[in-house]
Amino acid sequence: MSLEQGLVYGLVALGIVIAFRILSFPDLTVDGSFPLGGAVAARLIIEGVPPIYCIAAAVLSGFAAGCCTGLLNTKLKINSLLAGILMMTVLYSVNLRIMGRSNIQLLTVDTILTPLENLDINRFIPIICLFFLIAFAVKFLTDIFLHTQVGLAMRATGDNEQMIRTLGVNTDTTTILGLGISNAFVALSGALVAQDQGFADIGMGIGMIVAGLASIIIGETIVGLKTVQRKTLAAIVGSVIYKLIISVGLRMGLAPTDLKMATGIMVILALGIPALKKEKQGKLHLRGV
Amino acid sequence: MVKIENIRKTFKKGTIDEKVAIDGLSLDIPDGDFITVIGSNGAGKTTLLNLISGTYTPDEGEIYIDSLQVTRLPEYRRAKYLGRIFQDPLMGTAASMTIEENLAMADLRGMHRGFKWGVSKGRRDYYREILRKLDLGLENRLKDAVSLLSGGQRQSLTLLMATLSLPHLLLLDEHSAALDPKTAQRVMELTEQIINENSLTTIMVTHNMQQAIKYGNRMIMLHKGNIQFDISGEEKTSLTVEEVVKKFGAELKDETLLS
Ligand SMILES: Nc1ncnc2c1ncn2[C@@H]1O[C@H](COP(=O)(O)OP(=O)(O)OP(=O)(O)O)[C@@H](O)[C@H]1O
Ligand SMILES: [Mg+2]
Repeated sequence: MSLEQGLVYGLVALGIVIAFRILSFPDLTVDGSFPLGGAVAARLIIEGVPPIYCIAAAVLSGFAAGCCTGLLNTKLKINSLLAGILMMTVLYSVNLRIMGRSNIQLLTVDTILTPLENLDINRFIPIICLFFLIAFAVKFLTDIFLHTQVGLAMRATGDNEQMIRTLGVNTDTTTILGLGISNAFVALSGALVAQDQGFADIGMGIGMIVAGLASIIIGETIVGLKTVQRKTLAAIVGSVIYKLIISVGLRMGLAPTDLKMATGIMVILALGIPALKKEKQGKLHLRGV
Repeated sequence: MVKIENIRKTFKKGTIDEKVAIDGLSLDIPDGDFITVIGSNGAGKTTLLNLISGTYTPDEGEIYIDSLQVTRLPEYRRAKYLGRIFQDPLMGTAASMTIEENLAMADLRGMHRGFKWGVSKGRRDYYREILRKLDLGLENRLKDAVSLLSGGQRQSLTLLMATLSLPHLLLLDEHSAALDPKTAQRVMELTEQIINENSLTTIMVTHNMQQAIKYGNRMIMLHKGNIQFDISGEEKTSLTVEEVVKKFGAELKDETLLS
């Protein structure tokens, strides 16, 4: 159960890796593009569109949302955090419009998972296999892309923007494209999650970034982050472990309502401990003098 | 051939901090010229390079590269004509990427970038070859992240990157100033060698008067955003530090310039 979720939410973490780690762009669109993917897929599914096209449409919608955030930042010069928050807010209304209500049930209609659920085995096994294949296919494609000419330019945009501009790269374009790809992955995850859990909901994206960051931090401490391949692997591995920790926590009595707080504290500790350690070292150092 | 016509650049116009950085400057740079530029702090040297490269746009005046007017062209669109090295060794390379990836990005300066492999096999051998010439052992470290290199190694790599696709104009802004004397010397020799081998047209800003006299065929002094003197040929070869100081001592209060 947590393995299947970890894999599919790994796509969100992968998207966040592209924005936060590759482009160095703290993109908050994610909380809106995740339910966007779910909303687009769910609405089209109940309209009778074949599930595979619904998923494709969800991916495209996420791509478009990411591009919008990129445009706000590069063309209108809106601060990156604010650009993401603006898009997230706008998407809330967009998602409601797409769904026509605050949630859509998918339990009684055919989804991409229906053929797997009709197999004569425990539903989780084929679904885990499918999500595993999708997560790793996306990871490998990302790895390949980030080693192409455009991919190198995109990584350099996040590393040293001035330098890659003097080499003739329009960094506005690489930023917009990168955010598009990032949110396309997030929306893909949203579309799959909606079908897996049997409904799309307007609130399904709340706290998605923080959970994704927690996953990445966990993954990076285990897998490392030296190469692109490791960074993308860290996203998936981290996401699986994060979901595992959460399910253990819930089983040990953590209230589901406290989940987001627990995740937040996890991220705060992970980000804050290095700073605290440094400060302590500084103090010790001063005492030594 | 680069032509600069009466350019002017004022920062923070209309505020009390208003600062005229470049004040009606004109300069013709024939192909093959190697110009050294001196001038005290705030004279406008870096601003001049920024205007040529398109980091800033001049308020007035025009800039031509090979008779193409580039005055208002964005930085990334004139990159194909220009190679540039900054004073800070960290600024010229992407630290998290490998040596070969950095070279591959420079290889495509100003060219279309598509979905081919970033580092191609054929070029990798060439990169190894030119790295070997640096004699820093980098030819065996193609897949090392640039963050692992020393400042001198990084600046040498930047030099290769800036000259890899033979720019029409090479812009150097005190590119050896942040290095220790021995490394700086090495980087300067390498710079001269690459410039001479490829007869690159070059503008080199330096705070070191001896360097300014020793290298290049032409020397310019900037003062308050304009050219104070512009000498070349015989006159430059026979110049001594003392002469310059005697003539322009007043404008050259800057100590580092006299060292
Ligand atoms: N982006 C900027 N905003 C405001 N003022 C600037 C900017 N860039 C340069 N200036 C000002 O323009 C003037 C010229 O600066 P510039 O950096 O060109 O001098 P420089 O000759 O390179 O000096 P140095 O030898 O210290 O490098 C200075 O007074 C500087 O403060
Ligand atoms: Mg300067």
